[in-house]
Amino acid sequence: MSSERMTHLRRLEAESIFIMREVAAEFRNPVMLYSIGKDSAVMLHLAAKAFHPSPPPFPLMHIDTTWKFREMIAFRDATAARLGFKLLVHTNQDGVARGINPFDHGSSLYTHVMKTEALKEALTLHGFDAAFGGARRDEEKSRAKERVFSFRTANHGWDPKSQRPELWNLYNARVRPGESIRVFPLSNWTELDIWQYILAENIPIVPLYFAAERPVVVRDGQLIMVDDERLPLAPGEVPQMKRVRFRTLGCYPLTAAIESDADTLEAIVGEMLLARTSERAGRLIDHDEAASMEKKKREGYF
Amino acid sequence: MNEAIAPFGTAEYLAAHEAKGLLRFLTCGSVDDGKSTLIGRLLYDTKLLFEDQLATLASDSRKHGTAGGDLDFALLVDGLAAEREQGITIDVAYRFFATERRKFIVADTPGHEQYTRNMATGASNSDVAVILVDARKGILTQTRRHSFIVSLLGLKDVVLAVNKIDLMDYSQSVFDRIVADYRAFAAEFGFRTLVPIPISARHGDNVIARSANTPWYDGPSLLDHLDTLDVESGADTRPFRLPVQWVNRPDLNFRGFSGTVASGTVRVGEPVVVAGSGATSRVAAIVTADGELAEAGAGEAITLTLEDEIDASRGDVIAAAGARPEVSDQFAAHLIWMHEEPLLPGRPYLMKIGTRTVGMSVTEIKHRIDVNSFQKLAAKTLSLNDVAVVNVATHDPVALDPFAAIPQTGAFIVIDRMSNQTVGAGMVDFGLRRATNVHWQALDVSKASRAELKLQKPVMLWFTGLSGAGKSTIANLVEKRLTALGKHTYLLDGDNVRHGLNKDLGFTDVDRVENIRRVAEVSRLMVDAGLIVLVSFISPFRAERQMARELVEEGEFVEIFVDTPLEVAEERDVKGLYQRARAGLIRNFTGIDSPYEPPLHAEITIAGGALAAEAAAERILDYLLKKGYLG
Repeated sequence: MSSERMTHLRRLEAESIFIMREVAAEFRNPVMLYSIGKDSAVMLHLAAKAFHPSPPPFPLMHIDTTWKFREMIAFRDATAARLGFKLLVHTNQDGVARGINPFDHGSSLYTHVMKTEALKEALTLHGFDAAFGGARRDEEKSRAKERVFSFRTANHGWDPKSQRPELWNLYNARVRPGESIRVFPLSNWTELDIWQYILAENIPIVPLYFAAERPVVVRDGQLIMVDDERLPLAPGEVPQMKRVRFRTLGCYPLTAAIESDADTLEAIVGEMLLARTSERAGRLIDHDEAASMEKKKREGYF
Repeated sequence: MNEAIAPFGTAEYLAAHEAKGLLRFLTCGSVDDGKSTLIGRLLYDTKLLFEDQLATLASDSRKHGTAGGDLDFALLVDGLAAEREQGITIDVAYRFFATERRKFIVADTPGHEQYTRNMATGASNSDVAVILVDARKGILTQTRRHSFIVSLLGLKDVVLAVNKIDLMDYSQSVFDRIVADYRAFAAEFGFRTLVPIPISARHGDNVIARSANTPWYDGPSLLDHLDTLDVESGADTRPFRLPVQWVNRPDLNFRGFSGTVASGTVRVGEPVVVAGSGATSRVAAIVTADGELAEAGAGEAITLTLEDEIDASRGDVIAAAGARPEVSDQFAAHLIWMHEEPLLPGRPYLMKIGTRTVGMSVTEIKHRIDVNSFQKLAAKTLSLNDVAVVNVATHDPVALDPFAAIPQTGAFIVIDRMSNQTVGAGMVDFGLRRATNVHWQALDVSKASRAELKLQKPVMLWFTGLSGAGKSTIANLVEKRLTALGKHTYLLDGDNVRHGLNKDLGFTDVDRVENIRRVAEVSRLMVDAGLIVLVSFISPFRAERQMARELVEEGEFVEIFVDTPLEVAEERDVKGLYQRARAGLIRNFTGIDSPYEPPLHAEITIAGGALAAEAAAERILDYLLKKGYLG
């Protein structure tokens, strides 16, 4: 039922804008989660469009694990300022005090404490009743089952077996005090759509997506960038300079690089079209066990 | 990715991809008809799978697979742990692939009857339905149910995929018989296209390309058909509708109405009307972040500014001035019930239509529709997955169009007021009367002036609790004390009202809801008359007490929970009712075989077991005095 001149990208854009306006109108205290990656970049760009000429009527929030790439943090602050967002940054201070890190505690416990627990803590602290996330359904199998408006209990839990039916574009935004909705405005975008939109709209992204000479070590066959001195080196292990880039961005010890010469957006897309491994293969946390994403999401992970 | 190797270079590829259209379809049909396998096959054959996904698939196929030693494509789609363990689909999964012409979004929907609501969810956002039938089993109840729901939700283009044709030796006669059976019952659904295709999802016959195993079949492969099907049927000639989502007001100089065009086309300078108020103006500008537009059509997210300062807010519909939508507070609709808790006529729910959320109730179930025979059946309530034709009354008039004309302004969901669950999906058939023609009679003597004369603030004192809790005893004492103070009161007692006004009602859930609705309405008139009304009713359901609360203004409803434990009430058993209920002589007795939902936020809670009636009455009078009800 959409106008004929609308290409699939314009339809996706309009759908995301509709979703964002619904949230702004129906919730008392929404927030947009900012992960600083390419999907977040698109989400922020869409939010700026959705409310034009007004500024977006909700703040951004970044869950800082303290292990993000340094370039990400610099980019985060610049982007929030450029688009006129209020930026909130939250870190699980208890986790910091306990010295939780991805090396000594394993990626599973680390992610739970520094991301999942931190997020739940921040949502409770600010009393947010809706939180936007940039997840896409094509990323992973349990994501493919998620609603656009995904209900969370007061404990931030997800029950995949009793999701609210979601018909047409009639999103049910009703929650009781303490309960909340995670909203995914990019649900129907694919990785290719994201890149294509970034190209078409000229959206700035973190330079780490582009190939450059960077210091890396090889761990379990994966290239890990030595972003600062906290990465423990094995005896005799010496970081080597390689021309690498990242397909996804997260905590640097948990995000593998790929060797690449792609240093323009077009080259990145060209490389992606030829790629034979999926995007999440670069995220070490998904390999922990089968159905790992569903388990984390039930516990409150985004 | 599919078409992975860019044939010309990235720039050309991207240009081609950017110009692609989008088609959304769902796969549906009975359990084990091979829906997930078909989607897995489409992803696999369009080379959309990555190496690591294939590796995971191979390992999962060994662990959970049901395809012998082969890859089990269903495991690609069934993403929840419970689904993989049980080998079934519970919820809708959305999958993506593309060809050179189109980008596709596929909703893979569950076949089990208990998950029909998830199937309806997938159908509501699709342009085309692919209905699978197992060639060995032919048309099943779920085939009929899903076809019916697909037609209800307004889908016009259907593919009948006769799957597992390999297991029937690629037999043409098997295929022809199933197609004939299907056409016989689907004739009345009014599908624009119905294309039957013999396929084997497991082996790939006629999925991507025509198969040599079915030389007798001369139609297109499934993918070719989906690739070329024309779903955009010419220019949009429907009238313009814009449900207002959000009023855009960055400063005093700009006031815009943001929303997505539901239908038709809007142009700068055209006259428009706010459906509810009838206020008219002209379009001053169509604003987007990418600049102003001269015109906008269905699906475009825009912000309208108007030439005049007219009032409109979220939930209003801005429409073409010459073709206003109907504005009504009563309409007929088709309703799909989606919750284990049944629909009760008269019970207050919420509905969301467009961007408007409003109180509603079903005033009448005209009939239920049997999904197997499509016969009309009488019904007092609706259970999970029932489909019915109903009359709906809304709390306030709403702008609406028949769903068949404009789905975006004719579709609604029903929300439970207590649990906030989405419990139903509806499609407007037609408005029952124009609410604009029925006005409240404006009266010169107001509630305030009547109350002033009586030196009191009118209020509804709502006593709720189990039978034998002591509600009427306490209410009686309170009324006596009030009368002694010279206050004007009236006491409505459950038993007494059932002898007259409500003598046609029994004790089923449906009748209990109607019982309370009538009493609440009577009480409202009495509050309007300036009285202090004491209502002594078991009123076991929160939803109905909430309805009564919302009938009057803030502060005019005081909920008094006489909290007597069941054992105590049963021990008293003044009327001998508990004894008879226990003996099975009375059915649907609250506390015995019918539930009581205690209030969560009662203004006054009386521990009925411990506190004597006089002390309780004293507390209530205290409350009324302190809150200023007694002048």
